[in-house]
Amino acid sequence: MAVIDFANPTRFLRIVDRLMPWLIAATVVLFAIGLYRAMNAPDDYQQGATVKIMFLHVPAAWLGMFGWALMSVAALGTLVWRHPLADVSGKAAAPIGAAFTFICLVTGSLWGRPTWGTYWVWDARLTSMLVLLLLYLGVLALYWTAEEPGRGARAAAILSLVGAVNLPIIKFSVDWWNTLHQPASVFRIGGSTIDPTLLTPLLIMALAFTFLFVTLHLAAMRNEILRRRVRSMRLMQAQEVHA
Amino acid sequence: MNSLAAILVRDMRLAVRVGGGAFMGALFFLIVITMTPFAVGPDLALLARIGPAILWLGALLASLLALDRLFATDHDDGSLDLLMMGDVSLELTVAAKALAHWLTTGLPLVVIAPLLGLMLNVDMHALGWLTLTLAAGTPALTFIGLIGAALSVALRRGGLLLAVLVLPLTVPVLIFGVAATNAAIAGPTPFGPAFTILCALSLASLVLGPIAATAALRHGLE
Repeated sequence: MAVIDFANPTRFLRIVDRLMPWLIAATVVLFAIGLYRAMNAPDDYQQGATVKIMFLHVPAAWLGMFGWALMSVAALGTLVWRHPLADVSGKAAAPIGAAFTFICLVTGSLWGRPTWGTYWVWDARLTSMLVLLLLYLGVLALYWTAEEPGRGARAAAILSLVGAVNLPIIKFSVDWWNTLHQPASVFRIGGSTIDPTLLTPLLIMALAFTFLFVTLHLAAMRNEILRRRVRSMRLMQAQEVHA
Repeated sequence: MNSLAAILVRDMRLAVRVGGGAFMGALFFLIVITMTPFAVGPDLALLARIGPAILWLGALLASLLALDRLFATDHDDGSLDLLMMGDVSLELTVAAKALAHWLTTGLPLVVIAPLLGLMLNVDMHALGWLTLTLAAGTPALTFIGLIGAALSVALRRGGLLLAVLVLPLTVPVLIFGVAATNAAIAGPTPFGPAFTILCALSLASLVLGPIAATAALRHGLE
């Protein structure tokens, strides 16, 4: 099945309706297994039980970044191929990606309180996630202010691509900025190797989060298509009343 | 080339004449710098330490001020449509407009920066370096801002949206601008790397800014 087969919104809606129960079931099952394994994972010898926050924090961070990548691909689809569902996909991904980035920042600061003794430090990694959240909010602001969905989608697509070029630069410059001030970083998460007893639940949780993202994204795309239909129906009705 | 020069001269004339607001940014910059000691206290040692950062932040905010005039006035009186229909490539036209904008709003910031640096008790011999970093970095601010200006005129929304879109993208410029200045003043890191990266950011935005802004205008105003 080629990407162009999804171009027809009606067919897309039918496929989504068929897939949705399975996706929801898979998400629930994966979360059940992942959370169970995470709860039974051994405590870290230094961090104690707070290490369990990692099982929410790390997948949220991955998907926060995945969201922008998805928006960039969708932006190419909007601008280059003019795929009719690409702008719907980009618009649906923005708030979800922003939410995952926000979850990442909140869980990170909750973890930081007992571990580092403070809710927020200007660590390079935290700061670049915060800038990512600001960029997401910028895209959302762009969608909110656009009167016409198509116009707003193209503007947001350009901003997503500019952001995709800029994000590595921001990440790199924030790393540079931080290392300038704090040469020996205290904030390294317990060495680089993670024990398998922790790694397996983490990967299951990452898979569960990915399924959650895909499920929410498809549902949001469906809602957006329906919302646009409602909008055009209203416009047609208004025209009829006027005529 | 001739038509690009004509656009450059036209935009600069419009900016410096009545209602153009070319030097508003510089005035705003001066006011921000004047307000800083009221906020942090008149301690000269502290001001000398945070001076370069305050100057860079002030320049960043001041360069945002006039950005929405870049396309908005041309869009209102219809000349933007003429520019888009002209036979000169729109990317170059947009770049010429941005250059004119930098010459009338960015360059004044650079010129008054040494004076403002004196007010903040920045080390005398560092004023030259500070001005140099601003001269190298403010084009990046204008050309990144160009994208935001094009997006907001395409959506017919200016003002706050522009700042929200542009400011996160200027994080690298701010980091390397301040890093280069601090390196020149206090060390211990060398001035070269940070400054060359700052120049690289300016050059990259010189290319990417007009391309993205043109795409925004084409898609938004078609």
